[in-house]
Amino acid sequence: MTDSERQEPEAAELVRPYVITNGRDLPDGDQFSLITLVTAAADHQQRPARLSPEEQSLLEMCSGGYLSVAEIAGHLRLPMGVVKILLNALAEGGYLITRAPVARARLVDEQILQEVLDGLRARFG
Amino acid sequence: MVSGPVLDEKAYVRGGAAQTAVKILIVGHFAVGKTTFVGTMSEIPPLTTEETMTQAGEDIDDLKGVRGKTTTTVAMDFGRLTISDHVVLYLFGTPGQQRFVQMWEDMARGALGALVLVDPERLADSFAVIDLIEQYGLAYAIAVNHFDGTPIRGEEALREALDLLPDTPVVTCDARDENSSASALITLVHYLQDRVR
Repeated sequence: MTDSERQEPEAAELVRPYVITNGRDLPDGDQFSLITLVTAAADHQQRPARLSPEEQSLLEMCSGGYLSVAEIAGHLRLPMGVVKILLNALAEGGYLITRAPVARARLVDEQILQEVLDGLRARFG
Repeated sequence: MVSGPVLDEKAYVRGGAAQTAVKILIVGHFAVGKTTFVGTMSEIPPLTTEETMTQAGEDIDDLKGVRGKTTTTVAMDFGRLTISDHVVLYLFGTPGQQRFVQMWEDMARGALGALVLVDPERLADSFAVIDLIEQYGLAYAIAVNHFDGTPIRGEEALREALDLLPDTPVVTCDARDENSSASALITLVHYLQDRVR
C-alpha cells in the first residue's frame, strides 16, 4: 500500500469513531450482543455533564423504552463497535438496564420455538 | 454534537422489560432479496447498521502484516417482529461473504437458525453461503425466491446441486409478499423445532 492510498477518505471514517469513543476500546467479555435489549435506568435525572454528547443522545433515546443494541446503532447511524463501547461506558456508570438474550438450552429453545411458531401462525396463518 | 433522533413510541420494543429477544438470519448472496424479505416482515421500518471490518487479504497469513490489511464496511439490514408478550424476533439480512469472519461470529452466536434465500437461476452463487452456515453449525431451510409464484422446477435437481440433507426443507417464497415470506419462516421454525426434540 502506498502512502497516498493510506490517506484516502478512509482516514476520516477511522478518526471519528475513535474520537466518539474517547479512545476507549471494548472491554473483554463485552456484555452486549446485537439483540441485547437496553433501556435507560429510571434514576438518571441528574446526568453528569461529563457524559459526551454521543453518550447523552444515546441515553436520551434509550429513555423512551427498550431497544436492541442493533436498533440503537441503526437509529444513531453509528458503527456497531462504536455503539457497544458507548453502551459499556454507560452501563459501567449505572445509567442503563439491560436484558441479555437467554442462553441457548434445549428446554428454552423448545419453548421459544413453540412461541415463535404460534405467534407467526396467529399473525399470518 | 450529535443529537439523537426522536423516536416514535412504536420504535420501542413493546413490553420490553418482559421480552426475550431472539434472532433468525436471512442469508444469501448479493441481490437475492434479503433486504426485501426483511422489509416485508418487519414491523418497524428496516434499519441498517454498519460495521467496519478489517479484512485480511487472502494471500496474507501473517497476522502482524498490518500493512496488508484493508478495512471495508459491511452493511446489514435488519427488522423486528414482536411475536408475543414474551418473545421479540429480530431478522438480520446477512451478506454471505466468507471473509467477514468477525461479523459472522457475532451474527451466528445465539441465532435460532437461518433462512437461505436462493435464486434458482444462480444456484452456484449460493454454494459459499451454505458452506459458511454449515461451518457455523446453524440449522437452515432453503427458500427459493421465486417472483412469479410458479412451483419450483426440479426440486430434486436443486437439492442435488446444493448438496442438501434429505430433511433440509426447501420452500418457494416471494420475498415481496408477507404471507409467502411468513410461510417460509414458519417452515424454518417448524424444522428447528423438530431438531431440538
